[in-house]
Amino acid sequence: MELLESFESVLVKYSLVTAFAVIGFTVWMSYVLSDRLTHGRFHGSAIAILIGLLLAYIGGITTGGSKGIADIKVLSGIGLMGGAMLRDLAIVATAFGVRMDEFRKTGLSGVVSLTAGVLVSFFVGACVAYAFGYRDPVSMTTIGGGAATYIVGPVTGSALGATSKVMALSVAAGLIKSILVMITTPFVAKYIGLDNPRSALIFGGLMGTTSGVAGGLAATDPKLVPYGAMTATFYTGLGCLLGPSVVFIVIRAIV
Amino acid sequence: MAIYGTALLSICLLLGLIVGKLLGVLIGVDANVGGVGIAMLLLILICDHLRQTGRLKAPSERGIAFWSSIYIPIVVAMAASQNVLAAIKGGPVAIVAGVSVVVICFALVPLISRLEPPSMDPFDSSKIPSKDKL
Repeated sequence: MELLESFESVLVKYSLVTAFAVIGFTVWMSYVLSDRLTHGRFHGSAIAILIGLLLAYIGGITTGGSKGIADIKVLSGIGLMGGAMLRDLAIVATAFGVRMDEFRKTGLSGVVSLTAGVLVSFFVGACVAYAFGYRDPVSMTTIGGGAATYIVGPVTGSALGATSKVMALSVAAGLIKSILVMITTPFVAKYIGLDNPRSALIFGGLMGTTSGVAGGLAATDPKLVPYGAMTATFYTGLGCLLGPSVVFIVIRAIV
Repeated sequence: MAIYGTALLSICLLLGLIVGKLLGVLIGVDANVGGVGIAMLLLILICDHLRQTGRLKAPSERGIAFWSSIYIPIVVAMAASQNVLAAIKGGPVAIVAGVSVVVICFALVPLISRLEPPSMDPFDSSKIPSKDKL
């Protein structure tokens, strides 16, 4: 018993180190699975991300918390390792080695895809909300914001005074989007021409969910990550800007 | 030294986030507007400049390269700390909204890719001979 306790206390005290070990093992296992079971056709990083999501689900069931597997005390370091701080540091680091002119060339498509991505998400989300009986403009705009990202939804909702149920729905819609993008991107990549910096930049602007885009591109081709992340990082801000203002006014005028 | 690279990376991220935050305040939005993107641009510009003047030494580069190479494990950790349960519990509205928006945006990727004139396409040089006809 004492043995187990001292074991646990070390893992908790050195939680980030524990996270490095656990995640490292997960990634290694994923690459072995990718090699042995799929002969490398299904990318190791995609399997690793899937296992990560599965772990998050298990964590949610066992603890009832909101931070996935990181809610289990011994594994709390995974929350720090995968949190915004280190994630953003690593995303910025991927820009190292990228040529400036590659961004300059794609400037216009970046802006077009960002605007299209935000507006289409609001539109689709609002239509779905309407179809399910959420027919007041505030709820429609909030759920539409959730279809943009799980940050745009609640930010829009609280600005407009949406009910907490609608806000929770918008967060859930954003989470579904982000998880789906992570899982499905490697499969659809070749059908939508996602194999060069320009389409990655457009992809980031259209999808907008930083975690979804980062995970999806990492599983498709890590070289594309900086381009997608670049535009995706502007998406949430643009969504929070347009949602409670332009989009809400338009939806209110239509409904 | 490796720490020079990591410090440069960190400074770029912090500056980017501060500018992003200020941009948010400026347009009255409670969000960081493009902070990470601005940081990436900063890093690219500064590294370009340092490389051209020969001041970016290999050990310093390794201090940046390490973080870029550990990117996928960090994304795995991020996936493992998502609120997957809440996403699934959200019910049909959330699922239908999430799925349909992803499907539609996937379909838009090739459409927007085609919008811009393909002048930056390497294959475009094959079209140059058409000038002769003019």
